[in-house]
Amino acid sequence: MSAKTPIDSGPYLQEFRRWSQSSEVTREAAWLKAFREEGLDRFKAKGVPPPNHEDWRFTPLAPWLKLPFSANPAGARGGLDAGFLAQEALSSLSGPTLVFVDGCLNPDISSFQGLPEGVDVCGLRSICERNPDAVREQLNARLRPEENPFADLNGAFFQDGAWIRVAPGAVLADPVRLVHVSTCPKAGASSHTRNLIDVGEGAELRIVEQYLSIREGNHHTNVVSELTVGPSARVELVKYQDESSEAVHLSTLLGRFDRESQVRIHSISLGAKLARNTLRVELAGPELECVLNGLYLTRGEQLADHHMIVEHLEPRCASHEYFNGILDERSRGVFHGRILVHPTAQKTDAKQTNKNLLLSDDATANTKPQLEIYADDVRCTHGATVGQLNEDSIFYLRARGIGLETARQMLIHAFAGEIIGRISHDATREAVDRIIWDHLESNPHIAAAPSAA
Amino acid sequence: MSEVILEIRDLHAGVEGKKILQGVNLTLRAGEVHAIMGPNGSGKSTLSSVLAGKEEFEVTAGQVLYRGQDLLELDPEERAREGVFLAFQYPVEIPGVNSTYFLKAALNEIRKHRGLPELDAMEFLKVVKEKLKVLDLSEDLLRRPVNEGFSGGEKKRNEIFQMAVLEPTLAILDETDSGLDIDALKVVSEGVNKLKRGDNTQLVITHYQRLLNYIVPDQVHVLSKGRIAKSGGKDLALELENRGYDWILKESAASARP
Repeated sequence: MSAKTPIDSGPYLQEFRRWSQSSEVTREAAWLKAFREEGLDRFKAKGVPPPNHEDWRFTPLAPWLKLPFSANPAGARGGLDAGFLAQEALSSLSGPTLVFVDGCLNPDISSFQGLPEGVDVCGLRSICERNPDAVREQLNARLRPEENPFADLNGAFFQDGAWIRVAPGAVLADPVRLVHVSTCPKAGASSHTRNLIDVGEGAELRIVEQYLSIREGNHHTNVVSELTVGPSARVELVKYQDESSEAVHLSTLLGRFDRESQVRIHSISLGAKLARNTLRVELAGPELECVLNGLYLTRGEQLADHHMIVEHLEPRCASHEYFNGILDERSRGVFHGRILVHPTAQKTDAKQTNKNLLLSDDATANTKPQLEIYADDVRCTHGATVGQLNEDSIFYLRARGIGLETARQMLIHAFAGEIIGRISHDATREAVDRIIWDHLESNPHIAAAPSAA
Repeated sequence: MSEVILEIRDLHAGVEGKKILQGVNLTLRAGEVHAIMGPNGSGKSTLSSVLAGKEEFEVTAGQVLYRGQDLLELDPEERAREGVFLAFQYPVEIPGVNSTYFLKAALNEIRKHRGLPELDAMEFLKVVKEKLKVLDLSEDLLRRPVNEGFSGGEKKRNEIFQMAVLEPTLAILDETDSGLDIDALKVVSEGVNKLKRGDNTQLVITHYQRLLNYIVPDQVHVLSKGRIAKSGGKDLALELENRGYDWILKESAASARP
């Protein structure tokens, strides 16, 4: 149940009237216009979750509510400083790269090379014109009526996104990169992207999604990804989010996976002011394996929230969630993991772990596991820890000649490494490892991290 | 006589206000193997913890000289770099820290301290492979995070392997035999015997005599109520096995009477 909010949805409706007057939107097909209006109506009806809403209790939306709401135009072709893409952290990865600037694909700075037969990768706007029926079928296919209102807001305002279809049996060796860059054109500038990804039976796909800002600014990103995975397909998705420390990042991933598939989703969140990652996955065929794996590093006043709903609908599926957070200064990490095992899902193997390392006395971790089990023959475990570095581990390293500071750094790196190590694509894992290590080393508090007595 | 490596003089130490060691005296020379035996609660683990530098243990009186310098003044990492090694009774699992990376960092810290050039990855691997061969251990040890998911026996073997790589001058083996089956015990003690040199010394702390079937000590000391109650040759260990500890406790109580 979503609760009603006392806040005024007026500014959002007003902004929609303005935004939808642009020629890019007025010339859209009638069905798409109707789709947008429906999204807006649902957003209006649900409203913004109030502070006491169960799903948002630890994640105050105040930073979002304080932003002026200004939707970035659809169909724009924003440019970027040529050096930006070349120097960004994952630029060493090869493979097709789609660059979205303030929510819109810019084909001039994107690359579609290296796509094998049977793989269709393009911008959502362009496919809407080329094959509207296909898009119509896929849009909101994964959306539940009870989904968070920002997914509905995305329905009203989505500007563009990635359209990825992998035919049965097709294999992509290199990851498809989706680079979302905000240029922070003005306060509250908001980008809405929708990614529609469909992977056929026995196919293999890797995706690396990045969310970046070119400068500090209080912009807003609202992304919805719908991911459909066919039988025996293998998918690995890495979402890497490192935006301005004033930004608000709202992300909703809706997945439905078929029998014997293997899906690994990694979320690396270096935080915005507020970053909320909702992951809702349906394990809709027997004997599939799903790994949700995440790392969040926050400092200052940042908040990173991972909100997972894993639904076991069929027997003999495994779902494993591993989330580690390293929290510094006055920042906060939030983990909510709900595992729902339906009566049909016998022999479910579900595991959930959330570990938090606090580098400061003022940092907070909120962790909330929730198991709902309606089948009788299952194995479900969960565990959560919040604490400081293990004193015995530090002593063990020191007793081998490793200095106190190095020992602490090694353990913090290891804590992050547990998560990074699960990325199976070598080049991606190595690149992410490098970025995270640089990020940790740039933190003056790492060396002086307090440890448990 | 060979060089004195470790000299413990009238050592008193405890933890959380509890007095555990109450006047330990011990001298270890290069080339020697000493065994410390004693019933539970006699202070064996406190002694090893104090020597390795565990901070929660407080030394209230006495001195520990390591090759003539005050050991208690040094941080744990400085002791290790000077050549002190503790094989832990309960080695810690450190997920996410790769064994090779860890051991290379440790060895290079020690080499740096001794003014030796650091080893690069290739040179290090060569050293490690030699040691694995000497101890007849599998390379698997290196691929996994430090002790993660290791069985009790594997953890103890890993301690001995680290000892082989780091080549300490003073090795303290804290109940390395506890929880080992007979095969693991043999592997561990053979390792210890192979690592014995003319210029190092080993202090083997154990509850049971059986380890001393494989490691032959030059001297055996019985620790009781925080003091060395009796010292002797390797025959003392056998006597303890046959007669238990009670007679020593009685003997030392009698001699303590004025």
